[in-house]
Amino acid sequence: MSTTVVSLISMGTMGALFALGLAVASKKFAVETDPRVDEIEEVLPGVNCGACGFAGCRSFAEGVASGKAPTNGCPVGGARVAKLVAEILGVEDQGSAGRKVAQVLCKGGHEEAKRRGDYMGPQDCRIANAVQGGDKGCSYGCLGYGTCASVCPFDAIVMNENGLPVVLEDKCTACGKCVAACPRDIIVLVDEVQGVHIRCRSEELGRAVRSVCSVGCIACRRCEKACPTGAITVEDNLARIDYDKCINCRKCVEVCPMNTIEAQEGKPVIKKKSAS
Amino acid sequence: MRVKTFFGGIHPKYEKETTAGSPIEILPAPETLVVSMDQHTGAPAAPVVAKGDTVKVGQVIGETSHGISAPIHSPVSGKVTAVEPRLHPCGSSRMAVVIENDGRDEWVERENHNDPVQLDRNTILQKIKDAGIVGMGGGGFPAAVKLSPPKNAVIDYLILNGSECEPYLTADHRVMVEYADDVILGAKLMAKVCGARKIIIAVEDNKPDAITALQERAGAIEIVPVATKYPQGGEKQLIKAVTGREVPSRGLPFQAGTIVHNVSTALAVTRAVRDGEPSIMRVVTVTGGVVNEPKNFLARIGTPFEYLFEAAGGFKEEPGKILVGGPMMGVTQISLDTPVVKTVTGLVALSKDDSSLPESIPCIKCARCVDVCPAYLMPLRLEAFGMNEMWDEAAEYGAMDCIECGCCSYICPSKRPLLQYIRLAKREIAAANRRKSS
Repeated sequence: MSTTVVSLISMGTMGALFALGLAVASKKFAVETDPRVDEIEEVLPGVNCGACGFAGCRSFAEGVASGKAPTNGCPVGGARVAKLVAEILGVEDQGSAGRKVAQVLCKGGHEEAKRRGDYMGPQDCRIANAVQGGDKGCSYGCLGYGTCASVCPFDAIVMNENGLPVVLEDKCTACGKCVAACPRDIIVLVDEVQGVHIRCRSEELGRAVRSVCSVGCIACRRCEKACPTGAITVEDNLARIDYDKCINCRKCVEVCPMNTIEAQEGKPVIKKKSAS
Repeated sequence: MRVKTFFGGIHPKYEKETTAGSPIEILPAPETLVVSMDQHTGAPAAPVVAKGDTVKVGQVIGETSHGISAPIHSPVSGKVTAVEPRLHPCGSSRMAVVIENDGRDEWVERENHNDPVQLDRNTILQKIKDAGIVGMGGGGFPAAVKLSPPKNAVIDYLILNGSECEPYLTADHRVMVEYADDVILGAKLMAKVCGARKIIIAVEDNKPDAITALQERAGAIEIVPVATKYPQGGEKQLIKAVTGREVPSRGLPFQAGTIVHNVSTALAVTRAVRDGEPSIMRVVTVTGGVVNEPKNFLARIGTPFEYLFEAAGGFKEEPGKILVGGPMMGVTQISLDTPVVKTVTGLVALSKDDSSLPESIPCIKCARCVDVCPAYLMPLRLEAFGMNEMWDEAAEYGAMDCIECGCCSYICPSKRPLLQYIRLAKREIAAANRRKSS
């Protein structure tokens, strides 16, 4: 017999045996997966940001399929993804959970706020904050080293020339990474429709605030008096806004002597606000 | 004979010559003292005096019932002019009692003991506790707590730390030379409290006069010269050098059968138990390139830094950086109004040139930081994890074992901010652990 025939027969037999083995194994050791998990993962944004509270998109998809997570649990995907996920599962679409965006509660940049030292270390707010509590005169304000911008997975925060972070709201997905990274806790997630913000977190007395910052809240209470819905209260030397009550009427913005309260353009007055 | 030491470490410029030979000068108390209520590790004390009260030297002005804490005493006699938050060496404001010195130095009643070693263990411990003695080497851990290890722990060695490995500082050095008797008595008292079988005083071999002074009076106490190498004074490093034992990772010295105290703490213990004097003074080295007459002072707690620098002849030029503690682990200060607390070992004023930071360039993986790390870590990896927010990986690579000595940043030829990012990782890991446990 020629070598060709021998090799053909032996290789053919071996191939057939392996194929048989694989066929048996694939039936016997098959892992049952929910096909919906793959489908859901397919429609998710896939950035693994963790904003849903799960370890990543795959794990969120598993959570939704097993009923542990709501269909609209992905804040990044918003209404569009919520609808697709509901379709895959064959349940009713609950709509978007209400889009939120990050807001920076400090207006004291290089121009407005004093610094009390020259920080020379790595450009990271968390490290700067650990050196003598930061080089900013105000112990509540933004340090300006851009850690929020560098941790943002969506490039939704940029540092402006004044040393303050600016949130690009159309890119922000409210994943909350900047909130967790900020050592001064000045970033909060707020409903997108809210357009009036008290951009100060300082609980110092008015005099102390003025000595280090020209745009800090001095707790003069004018905004509290001007507010028609009772959304603003002054507590611990700081005006605080209750977004559940605020209707973007901008009356507080007009009376604020320090320009601490800021109104965002393109966010109209909210006509109806369900009492909560 | 080879001098005892530990693995790793560096040899920075010590710069100690300027003050090593200058005797401790007793600094008169200033007119106004700011006595912080937060001078130790653990819960801060709460003020027990109010504005307008008259206080005497040694009177308790702050205390708390918290287990890990220490009472605070008035360093002068006079009038309380304010009880309010004031700047603290940590950089932020902490509750403090401001006292106007009347210059009379009227003491509260003091209890003397000519032979304090005869007192029983609990009496000595109570006196150490009441005197508000904390780790004077800079750690600030309440001494009474450290001297009471768990009941089943066997303490073989009480080690007195006289290494003073930080550059510039000479406070402990002068204490050992000038108060050798008191240091030895303090060691005996502390050994009685913690039941240590053997007392060892470890001194770096660049302080031969201190070694001689102690050896002349040592008796049964062993004086061990250790190599002049930073961070020889690190607790775990010293234990390793002197006894050859390793403190387990994340563990405490008593798990290796040892308790370590600073020599200045021993002096404070003697003062408290023998003379009835609470912790109201400490030796502070005031030095650095821009100080006119660097000196060692015996200063009252609460003395503003400015007063100390003035007593040292002021500045030659505007300082670039002022540090509490040495240049390796010291803390930058933002104001000269900050007062001395119990943990201020020295004030170092560096010139602008000395305090500028070199530019950092990419890591070349030379592993010099690995060679010098006394905690057997890989700083270059930890830094990378820190920069990339990989906290779990940093924890796996032992970030929490870092003693923050800064040898890695010192030795790095690329001048990378290694320690800064390791510290960041440590803080994030600690925060994550807190979240997990709550």
